[in-house]
Parts: sequence; structure tokens; C-alpha cells
Amino acid sequence: MKIAVCIKRTPDSESRFKVAASAAGIDETGLKFDLDDFASYAVEAALQINEKGGGGETVVYAVGPDSVQESLRKAMSMGADRAVQLKADPVADGIAVARALAAELKSGGYDLVLFGKHSFDNSAGVVGTATAELLGLPCVTAASELNVSAGKGTARRELEGAAELVEFPLPAVVTIDEGVARPRYPSLKGIMAAKKKPLESKPAQLGAVRVTIARMELPPERPAGRILGEGTAAIPELVRLLQNEAKVL
Amino acid sequence: MANVLVVAETRNGELRKVAFEAVTAGRKLADASGGGEVHALLAGPAGIGGKAEQLARYGADVVIVVESADFAQFARESLAATAADRARAGRYRAVVLGFSSQGRDLGPRIAARLDAPIAADVTELAVTGDTITAKHPGYANKVIVTLTLSGAPVVLSVRPSAFTAAETPKAGRVEQGQATPASGPTVRVTEVKEGAKGRPDLGEASIIVSGGRGLKARENFKLIEELADAFGNAAVGATRAVTDDGWRPHADQIGQTGRQVSPQLYVAVGISGAIQHLAGMRTSKTIVAINKDKEAPIFKVADYGIVGDVLEVVPALTAAVKEARKGH
Ligand SMILES: Cc1cc2nc3c(=O)[nH]c(=O)nc-3n(C[C@H](O)[C@H](O)[C@H](O)COP(=O)(O)OP(=O)(O)OC[C@H]3O[C@@H](n4cnc5c(N)ncnc54)[C@H](O)[C@@H]3O)c2cc1C
Ligand SMILES: Nc1ncnc2c1ncn2[C@@H]1O[C@H](COP(=O)(O)O)[C@@H](O)[C@H]1O
Repeated sequence: MKIAVCIKRTPDSESRFKVAASAAGIDETGLKFDLDDFASYAVEAALQINEKGGGGETVVYAVGPDSVQESLRKAMSMGADRAVQLKADPVADGIAVARALAAELKSGGYDLVLFGKHSFDNSAGVVGTATAELLGLPCVTAASELNVSAGKGTARRELEGAAELVEFPLPAVVTIDEGVARPRYPSLKGIMAAKKKPLESKPAQLGAVRVTIARMELPPERPAGRILGEGTAAIPELVRLLQNEAKVL
Repeated sequence: MANVLVVAETRNGELRKVAFEAVTAGRKLADASGGGEVHALLAGPAGIGGKAEQLARYGADVVIVVESADFAQFARESLAATAADRARAGRYRAVVLGFSSQGRDLGPRIAARLDAPIAADVTELAVTGDTITAKHPGYANKVIVTLTLSGAPVVLSVRPSAFTAAETPKAGRVEQGQATPASGPTVRVTEVKEGAKGRPDLGEASIIVSGGRGLKARENFKLIEELADAFGNAAVGATRAVTDDGWRPHADQIGQTGRQVSPQLYVAVGISGAIQHLAGMRTSKTIVAINKDKEAPIFKVADYGIVGDVLEVVPALTAAVKEARKGH
């Protein structure tokens, strides 16, 4: 199957974040960046589909500055066949990113286009679904299970207090939630092979950018916690505080 | 003056809480942009029009009722097309919806169809002249990002519970609207599996009791269920360690890659407090932690901590909470 996976490069989620002096971004000094979590699930899902199908091609796409090449290489070291960078400065406008991806994917002849459910930094979940709309393809969002074969697919989505099972024709767009696949670690052989795989770079057709970051700030710190005591002896005090201080009982 | 269109979420023929919150957010936005009207799109199966009055109570000046057998299920393509058509016809300043599993899906579809900018998971809104600014938590709730959106309309999906639904009764003049059918291939719902009955959703619950690997075995999760029952209408959550082991469904997972919640009370039982778990619950109003290791990172964010064995502390706490709530 011919599968495209759209990926993003984001800072390691375990980092302690600081706001940059300009307040319009985070301070990147000392931060480690990597292939975004949900995007890495999407890469893994694509690789497994093609491994099971015994063939096909997996192509990874990223819109962004040259630093995204590192994440494209990472995806290739996991097993993707080739990569395309759509070159642009970082953009906060998900519709503009979708426009650039749709312009490129339109003529790609893909059976399946995969995205992460949302990205770590934007936490928006906009780009995948918007790209699908622009391509006129059916789109399943936040799939926690996915099966594709012979021109159609089925998926499961978690709703609030329920789950939805769906069916869709290919070609289609799917955004991947946790549960579909855990990403593999690239092997040494994979890392070596990725260096020789093709990585094409061309300008992104973003169009108008209408969402910009005005400011970033850190949320207020929680006041330091307090330990009431040990074992069941601490329960009366906890119940008293829940009644009188927190007022939840 | 600028009008706002709210896409009101329904499921199984009922309005959902996020629908009223979205109307409240839409009301604020309309008032802040010089006193426009709020129009609520109420789409669902035959009979959904009977719910129009509820939207009026929360501030809808006009309720556009679209009844179609297709909307008995989540007909995403048709719903998005219907909302986009209405948004175009009404020349709205903004389209507002909830950032629920349905709203996450619909928001970008509507924005793409309208070629409109979108801000997702919004917690605060402000209007200054021609621009709308929206705050939303990024980086797994670790950074608050303020976005500026230019142009009209803009699409805004609001984080559940961020805008408390407030009653501001309006006329709620009812108009009948028409569904726009999907124009291309569609995703078809084959089955909806309802989750455990009788518990509120994690996003809507005011109290959540959550369990981690410290519970040691799947069977011990019944202690969590019993404590949740003692609190009354509490929801049950879990860590990834627990959902990975299959003790609880993935949908119960709280954290960076699971649900993000902000209840009045979050009780963390046998949970270490890994950064990815904290990302999903650190904005809870009050946090209680029970853990046998007094160095566990969860105690750094817990307002009240008890150091002890869950198998011993939880049953006793359940009894004490029942006692305290006698008469409720
Ligand atoms: C990319 C990524 C995404 C992730 N996303 C999430 C996410 O969304 N949600 C999430 O939860 N995790 C997530 N994780 C996993 C996270 O890092 C932790 O591994 C996980 O939260 C640990 O779960 P836990 O607290 O149940 O288990 P543990 O870390 O094993 O902690 C168990 C705790 O129970 C205590 N304990 C043991 N026995 C007892 C007893 N008898 N009585 C009392 N206390 C006891 C121990 O002291 C310990 O503190 C993610 C990880 C990664 C890498
Ligand atoms: N700049 C980008 N280039 C390629 N894909 C992206 C980009 N930004 C986001 N995506 C994809 O869209 C998904 C959702 O991102 P977001 O809309 O930012 O939450 C991500 O998981 C990626 O799969």
C-alpha cells in the first residue's frame, strides 16, 4: 500500500519549559527535540500495515525549517522509504500547514495518509483533519484501533463514555491515537540505511497565515503539597480537610 | 455588532454539557464584540427541535434546528457541511464548538471548508478590534499559549469545563434549517459501544478517583470503584501503566497521551506521579494522593497526602467518606 505519514518535530515532553525572553515562544536552549509522540505512533502504524501487506511504500512529510530533517531521518531509520521536507519557518496556523500538505499530497496517489491525533506543542489536532477536507478524502480522527485491507478500512474511536466503530473506503486519512501501535526503536542497521534514503526538500505552499503566537506563559505553580500522616490514622484529618477546606464532601 | 454561530453537540438525541458551555463562550464573544446575537445550530434526529428551549436558556437568541435521520449517528461530513453552509450564509464573526471527541473532529473540518483560521482547546477568549485572541494550553498543559486570529469567521473549540455554562435566558427564536448531505466518500458508523453506565464521563465529573500500578492487581481496582461510589457521582481514571496492562480500558487513561481533566477533586491511588500523568491532572482543584513511598513525585502536587498501603488505607477511607456523606 502507498502510505504517507505527516510528522512533526517537538521538544521532549519531560523537559522543564521556560518562556523565551521575547515571550513569543519557548526558550529552546538545552531542549532535546525528537519525532513527536503521536506522529511516531503514526509512522509505526504505517510500517506495520506495509510489513503485514508484504510491500508498498511509506513516505514521510514534514512542513518546517531544516531542523525537521532530523525527524524525517528518524522516521526513515524506523523504516520509512523516503522523505519530503516542505520548507517553511515554524507556523502556528494549522490550516496553513494543511494547505501545504494537501497541495503536495494531492497528486501522490496515496491509499492512506496518516497523522498523529495531535502534536505535543500545539495540542490542537487540526492539521490531519483539515488536510483530509482539503483533499476531499474521508477522515477518521483519533483512531485507537485500525485495520485496512483491499480498498477499505475499519477503526475504533474513543468517545466520552463510549466507543465508536467505523468503516471507510480508501483512499482515506486517519489520525492516530495511542493504542494502534507503540513505536519501535530504530536499529543500528536502520540508522545506517536511513542516511542513504532520499530526502527531498522544496518550498511549502502555505498561503495566508492568520494564526500567530502572541505570547506564551507558564501556568501558575501549584503550592507545595502536604503529607497529612501515615496509614489509616491520617484519614480523619483528610476527611475534615475535604469537608472544611476543600469543601468537596 | 457581530453574530456568533455555536454548533451544539448532541448524542443519542440529547444535548451534551459542552453544548451549553459553547453557548456560554459564544455569548461572551458576541457581547464582547459589540452585542451581537448567538445562533445555535441544533442538529440531530427527528425530535431534536424539542431541545431548543434549553439552548435559549443559556443564551441563544436563535436556534437553528436541523432534523435528519442521518444525524442519529455522528455523520461528520454532513454535519461539517451543514455548519459551514450556515456559517457562510449567516456571515458570522466566529463559529464556536466544544473541544470534545466530536468537536475535535468537526472543528478543523468546518475551518477547512470555510478557509477560516482555527484555535483549538481554548480556555479564554478576548476580542480587540478586528482580532480575536484565544488562550490554550500547549506542551501538555505546561505552557499557556495566547494565539491571535485574524479574519472572519474564525473557528474556536472550547475546552470542556473551561467556560462554566451560565443561564442567561434569551428568546431562542426557532428557525428550521436544512442538512447539507456529504458530497464525497464518507466514514460510516457501524456500532457505538456504550461504556459502563452510571458513571459520569472523566471530562464532566467533579470528582475523579484514579488508580495506578500500586494497586498491584486488576481485582484491586474494585477498591477504586468503591471509593468512587462512596463519593457519590465520581468517575474512575487510571495511569498508562494500568491501561497498558489491560486492567482498565485505554479510554480511562489520564495524562499526556490520555484524557486531560480538571475536576474539583482528584484522588490518586498508588500512582507515582510521572510527568506524563501529571500533564493530564495537575490543573485539578484539589489533589489527594495515597502512596506507600513518601518520596513519590505525586506528593509534590498533592494538596493532601497519606503515606500508606492502598489495600489498607482505601477501604478505611471509603468507609469514612460514606460516614461523612450520610444524609446525602
Ligand atoms: C510518551 C509517553 C507518554 C505517556 N503518557 C502517559 C499518560 O498519558 N498517562 C500516564 O499515566 N502515563 C503516561 N506515560 C507513562 C508514565 O511515564 C508512567 O510510566 C506511568 O504514569 C506510571 O504509572 P503508575 O504511577 O501507575 O505506575 P508506577 O510508576 O509503577 O507507580 C506505582 C506507584 O505505586 C506505589 N505503590 C506500590 N505499591 C503500593 C501500595 N501497596 N500501596 C500504596 N502505593 C503503592 C509506588 O510507590 C509507586 O509510586 C507515558 C510515558 C511516555 C514515555
Ligand atoms: N508542520 C507539520 N508538518 C507535517 N505534519 C504536521 C505538522 N504539524 C502537524 N502535523 C501533523 O498533524 C498532526 C496534528 O498536529 P496538530 O494539528 O498540530 O495538533 C501531527 O501529529 C502531525 O501528524
